[in-house]
Amino acid sequence: MTGQVQGEWPLYEVFVRGKRGLNHVHVGSLHAADDQMALRHARDVYTRRNEGVSIWVVRSAEITASSPDEKDPLFAPSGDKVYRHPTFYDIPDDVPHM
Amino acid sequence: MTAVDHAAGPAPELVESFESTVRHHDRIEPRDWMPEGYRKTLVRQIAQHAHSEIIGMQPEGNWLTRAPSLRRKAILLAKVQDEAGHGLYLYSACETLGVSRQQLTEMLISGAQKYSSIFNYPTLSYADVGTIGWLVDGAAICNQVPLCRTSYGPYGRAMIRICKEESFHQRQGYELLMTMMRGTDEQRAMVQESVDRFWWPSLMMFGPSDADSPNTAQSMEWGIKRHTNDELRQRFVDMTVPQAEALGVTLPDPELRWNDERGSYDFGEIDWDEFWTVVKGGGPCNAQRIAHRRRAWEDGAWVREAATAFAARQQGAEGASA
Repeated sequence: MTGQVQGEWPLYEVFVRGKRGLNHVHVGSLHAADDQMALRHARDVYTRRNEGVSIWVVRSAEITASSPDEKDPLFAPSGDKVYRHPTFYDIPDDVPHM
Repeated sequence: MTAVDHAAGPAPELVESFESTVRHHDRIEPRDWMPEGYRKTLVRQIAQHAHSEIIGMQPEGNWLTRAPSLRRKAILLAKVQDEAGHGLYLYSACETLGVSRQQLTEMLISGAQKYSSIFNYPTLSYADVGTIGWLVDGAAICNQVPLCRTSYGPYGRAMIRICKEESFHQRQGYELLMTMMRGTDEQRAMVQESVDRFWWPSLMMFGPSDADSPNTAQSMEWGIKRHTNDELRQRFVDMTVPQAEALGVTLPDPELRWNDERGSYDFGEIDWDEFWTVVKGGGPCNAQRIAHRRRAWEDGAWVREAATAFAARQQGAEGASA
């Protein structure tokens, strides 16, 4: 997401799946000359103690992110839709399994 | 960064949003608006921290080829590799503030940015590997645990990873010293001699006393720091004294004694002249540490260039076959 410095290896973001059944989670970033080296570096930097069973790396420049400036217009539509949450509905306490 | 009319100053709602985030102990993230002073303070602190991890590989790396057993060698290798990893976590956190890795490396080898003074002391015996783990990493843990809750998200997340790994560093050091203390008189003397050299520099790791630390108040207001230097130093002393007793070594401070009223240990005055001399570059190993880092950086230039050339050629080949 930041511009690349002349002569510097590109920046990669690293995502690790901690164990089977979990999502890949962003753990940090690193520099590498290419994708394969990024994977290798990610293994050495972020999984020295069995922290993962799978790694994704992606060039930071390839990530499209929502901008903090758009915070309100982008996320506001869900703010007033309280009826999307189960707690919106009153059910008598004696109704089982709800 | 958000476009801001510098002549007019930042928009009040940006400032308010930043301050309210910090006030609620919430986290600031890379693309949020932040005051320039906050950004600069973080860059300085995170960079200094990253540099310390990188330079910190040297005093112990010094002993890798002379470890007394394969077990100790494997442990030390893992530890030095961790220090490299910690440096990398922190450099990438620092880069989210708009500084490049190359700039950071250059600021380290030009002396424009500092690293922890503790690494300017030499490691004269293998006992130092144990003492560094116990005292130096112990002091680092005291400093670092509260930083897991620092207000800047990427810094806090890096600190959480580091703290998880740092506990191994401290325990392997203490275990090494315990082993030596169970050995010969000569080995016990080696441990004591090493502790004598590292005790005071370890206390200096917490920085100048609060009275001489003008940036602390602002850093605490911004939620970057959570405790003052003197608070953390006291905490370290209180934790360490019983460990020294269990180990059977004497901490080299005749004024060290329990104060019932304070519920803490009193300790002697740090030699602040020595502290400032080492900070300003006059320590026993300052020049050597930087020269070594510079040499590693320059000697590695052809590797970085070759990897870049290889990546470009692979990409060209892929482009041609597609």
